[in-house]
Amino acid sequence: MTSVLTNLFDGVAYGMLLFVLACGLAVTLGLMNFVNLAHGAFAMAGGYVCAVLVNHTGWPFFAALPLAFVSSAVIGVALERTLYRHLYTRSHLDQVLFSIGLVFMSVAAVDYIMGSSRIFIKLPAALEGQFDVFGVGIDRYRLMIVVICGLLTAALQLVLARTRFGSRLRAAVDDPRAASGLGINVPQVFAFTFAFGCGLAGLGGALSAEILGLDPYFPLKFMIYFLIVVTVGGSSSITGPFLASLLLGIGDVAGKYYVPKMGPFVIYTIMIVILIWRPNGLFGRTVTR
Amino acid sequence: MLTRRRDVLLAAGAAVALSLGPARAEDTVKIGLIVPMTGGQASTGKQIDNAVKLYMQQHGDTVAGKKIDVILKDDAAIPDNTKRIAQELIVNDKVNFIAGFGVTPAALAAAPLATQAKIPEVVMAAGTSIITEKSPYIARTSFTLAQSSTIIADWAVKNGIKKVATLTSDYAPGNDALNFFREHFTAGGGQIVEEVKVPLQNPDFAPFLQRMKDAKPDAMFVFVPAGQGGNFMKQYAERGLDKAGIKVIGPGDVMDDDLLNDMGDAALGTVTAHIYSAAHPSAMNKEFVAAYKKAYNNRPGFMAVGGYDGIHLIYEALKKTGGKTDGDALIEAMKGMKWESPRGPISIDPETRDIVQNVYIRKVEKVDGELYNVEFQTFEAVKDSGKTKK
Repeated sequence: MTSVLTNLFDGVAYGMLLFVLACGLAVTLGLMNFVNLAHGAFAMAGGYVCAVLVNHTGWPFFAALPLAFVSSAVIGVALERTLYRHLYTRSHLDQVLFSIGLVFMSVAAVDYIMGSSRIFIKLPAALEGQFDVFGVGIDRYRLMIVVICGLLTAALQLVLARTRFGSRLRAAVDDPRAASGLGINVPQVFAFTFAFGCGLAGLGGALSAEILGLDPYFPLKFMIYFLIVVTVGGSSSITGPFLASLLLGIGDVAGKYYVPKMGPFVIYTIMIVILIWRPNGLFGRTVTR
Repeated sequence: MLTRRRDVLLAAGAAVALSLGPARAEDTVKIGLIVPMTGGQASTGKQIDNAVKLYMQQHGDTVAGKKIDVILKDDAAIPDNTKRIAQELIVNDKVNFIAGFGVTPAALAAAPLATQAKIPEVVMAAGTSIITEKSPYIARTSFTLAQSSTIIADWAVKNGIKKVATLTSDYAPGNDALNFFREHFTAGGGQIVEEVKVPLQNPDFAPFLQRMKDAKPDAMFVFVPAGQGGNFMKQYAERGLDKAGIKVIGPGDVMDDDLLNDMGDAALGTVTAHIYSAAHPSAMNKEFVAAYKKAYNNRPGFMAVGGYDGIHLIYEALKKTGGKTDGDALIEAMKGMKWESPRGPISIDPETRDIVQNVYIRKVEKVDGELYNVEFQTFEAVKDSGKTKK
């Protein structure tokens, strides 16, 4: 019984992590209708920034996390202003080709600068090991992930649904022309949203170094996972990807524990079943654009 | 546009002509060294490259009147790349040896090319038994998993370990390790309570480790390829398996010297069977470790030793043929060759062209504040028991 709960907890933590990594993609793909396969590259950038700060310059881990967010966001905004914005109006194929090219460049660049082996971020001792709650083993690091990601999700939902910026963003997405006619600075809103999504990915990258492993191939290895989260969740809101992340996280961990022979396939099986049942994802819009 | 295309063609033609030019030189021997220098297995390639360079520094770059020219190529441990690179090296560069091969699939991909081109393939890393059977031109200076897995199984039986759970990477060497361990361990009366195969490309061991923990074995038998051991031990400690009294045993890959010192105290007391430890107490090894540390500021692991012995084998074979580069003569010269390696006395089995060597049982201990695999028992001249029964 206790191991069931430990697995459930691990699954939730894994799912939350997937969500923080992928929700930026849900925003660019779902809200801005831009296929950005290079999303993982921003996550990797954040992870490496955090690793360099903590391991080489001795920053405390918790101080380096916000910086991982900021640096990825800055890189994101720079690329958005110089490269991405030219592709907003292009076809999806152009966007895919462009962003996959960016992935390969980032892989090669990181491999050249940082080397190809997996790197670890030195964690404070308080985050290592497990503790028991009524016999259920709770991993400290995973607990931290659940807390951080849970807070972020709540904040994100509030911003999108309740604030003026949220409504501007939704307006800009639904009808950019009408929105700019109403005085909304659409390019600015998009740039800001894009940067924020990249920042979240960067934070996710820093958090995932411990669990998913951080090496130069990160953007390629986990691209599929991000895309699964967005397709299964549907891309019209962030609740969909959130639930999809949890489902996939729990499914993946439980699959590896209970049917280790089938472990890696469980996540794909879940995806196929859901997409047959609801081709637009759990919370997809009924009309595809 | 047209002229530009012609320029490109001209340049390409010139490049081909250039690359063909020096290949005809009669007084050089070319070795194509194909190892993973990027990707997850990069540490293997870097160690081999380092060791080969070190050997050539120590022994000079001329043998039997020939200059040795090593051409280093990166295959990222992807067999398709290995095959393409091997073909280019053989056809364009006219190499006399191909060597390296970080993983089993890579060594197998090159085997038919070695047979066709009649040039020796020296396997310096990959460890599945069948490799040397795939071409009569293959000789190996690394190890086979059968060598260490059978020995650790026998040791476990004799030392009161009754229930074992296994965790092995799901590819050929992992399956070799598992099968040979299971065969010897159950024959000795041991019981395997849990068998888990983990994907080769899956760094998150947490759910698998949780399963191991709940199975409550006396020890867990672990094989992960060189390079993944650090991550494994970290998660092993984090899940509290060390506190639950579940010891790690296995072939020594998981306790690679390359990573051992960063694993922390959770690794202490781990018993593995393997062919090399940087703490091997011979004068030759002390010299080797000191020279390697001085040159690369890092400890050599078993992959480095495989590379060091591989280039030695090539040097000695050339000495024996008097510098002749006929593939059949070279492989004939390699058969039965005996020498002292940093790991101890080794030889090439004349029948299988595979390595015969001592296997040591070692325990992780702290020596001068650093973690080392300290050898405490030796099984001498172990042959590979994994060859197809004839």
